[in-house]
Amino acid sequence: MILKAWTDQRVEIMIGNLLRAGVIISAVVVFLGGVVFLARHGTAPADYRIFRGEPADLRYVKQIVLRAASFSGRGIIQLGLLMLIATPVARVIFSIFGFAEEGDRMYIVFASIVLAVLLFSLIGSGF
Amino acid sequence: MAMTILEFTALVGLGSFVAGLLGSLTGLGGGVVLVPLLTLFFKVDIRYAVGASLVSVIATSSGAAAAYVKEGISNIRIGMFLEIATTMGALLGAFLASRVSTSAIATVFGLTLLYSAFLSGRPRVKLSSDDVPDPLATRLRMNGSFPTPEGIREYHVRRVPLGFSLMFGAGALSGLLGIGSGAVKVLAMDQAMRIPFKVSTTTSNFMIGVTAAASAGVYLHRGYVDPGLAMPVMLGVLLGSLLGTRILVGADTKWLRLIFGAVILLLGAEMLYQGLTGKI
Repeated sequence: MILKAWTDQRVEIMIGNLLRAGVIISAVVVFLGGVVFLARHGTAPADYRIFRGEPADLRYVKQIVLRAASFSGRGIIQLGLLMLIATPVARVIFSIFGFAEEGDRMYIVFASIVLAVLLFSLIGSGF
Repeated sequence: MAMTILEFTALVGLGSFVAGLLGSLTGLGGGVVLVPLLTLFFKVDIRYAVGASLVSVIATSSGAAAAYVKEGISNIRIGMFLEIATTMGALLGAFLASRVSTSAIATVFGLTLLYSAFLSGRPRVKLSSDDVPDPLATRLRMNGSFPTPEGIREYHVRRVPLGFSLMFGAGALSGLLGIGSGAVKVLAMDQAMRIPFKVSTTTSNFMIGVTAAASAGVYLHRGYVDPGLAMPVMLGVLLGSLLGTRILVGADTKWLRLIFGAVILLLGAEMLYQGLTGKI
């Protein structure tokens, strides 16, 4: 019992650090992308009144990475947002390892279901 | 008189910063006022607003969770089990968002805001926690304990199926409106499952990020996440809420809660009006 509680807390602290790192890194990437975006397009008129939907290269994982690599401000911001969305996914993956270490099969299954839903949302309609 | 992107970014960033600050100071969450702020004041299409709000909800939830898990109050098993319900609900909510009209979204949003305002004005009812263990909760290993000044306090979880169903609804609302829907989550855990308030708030916050991520993927694919808009919203809310948690220690937030509650009430009424009259 004592051993279990100890493992629980250690896993939780690691998860806490993971979440913090994920948020900090993605915020820095979003900020840098924002600087590039504003430097290039800052004086253009802003218009978000009419919904057009984003172009395909800002909607899918692979294309976002490619666009960010070509040093597009909007691409870099979107990459940062993608990293932010991935942070909770990483947390769930990490929890699976934590539950495995404790030999808790029931919660390995529960966490895997959550992971499956997250992955379906993120890459289910195209990579 | 169109604003330039630079002016727009600065104003949206400032507004999001204030929303995040007030949200974390009052414990009501900043996400709930972001969409009304963007749609009513900046005239942003509600679909872009929901996309930006959803992303910022992940940032604040994960940022705050990092502090909470260190205190060892949140219950990782309760959270993981209920996340099955919230993520599936979130997926449904995100799909619904592209099927229903923007007026319908605005109407549901208005009602949700009014409900949040009602909750913020009502004193919290202290529930008697009779310690009859629920067999299902025991089998799911949900019962736990947390440190209090008087020593370790044990608690037992009740009415798991009801809590699970409410969580599915909370997830759907989160996916449809791009909010954390912490109010519904706490309702499910606090009122239905009788989890101690401290444990339910921290566990709820912990779950918000995973729930929002489940619908964020769908929003991204649908082209609802605009980088130019999400950038100032996410950075503003994140900085505001981080500052809020720093100055929260020892601050008396009763009046602030009341004022923020009134703001939520007004925004809710306006969203409801614009939704019902088809202006959004």
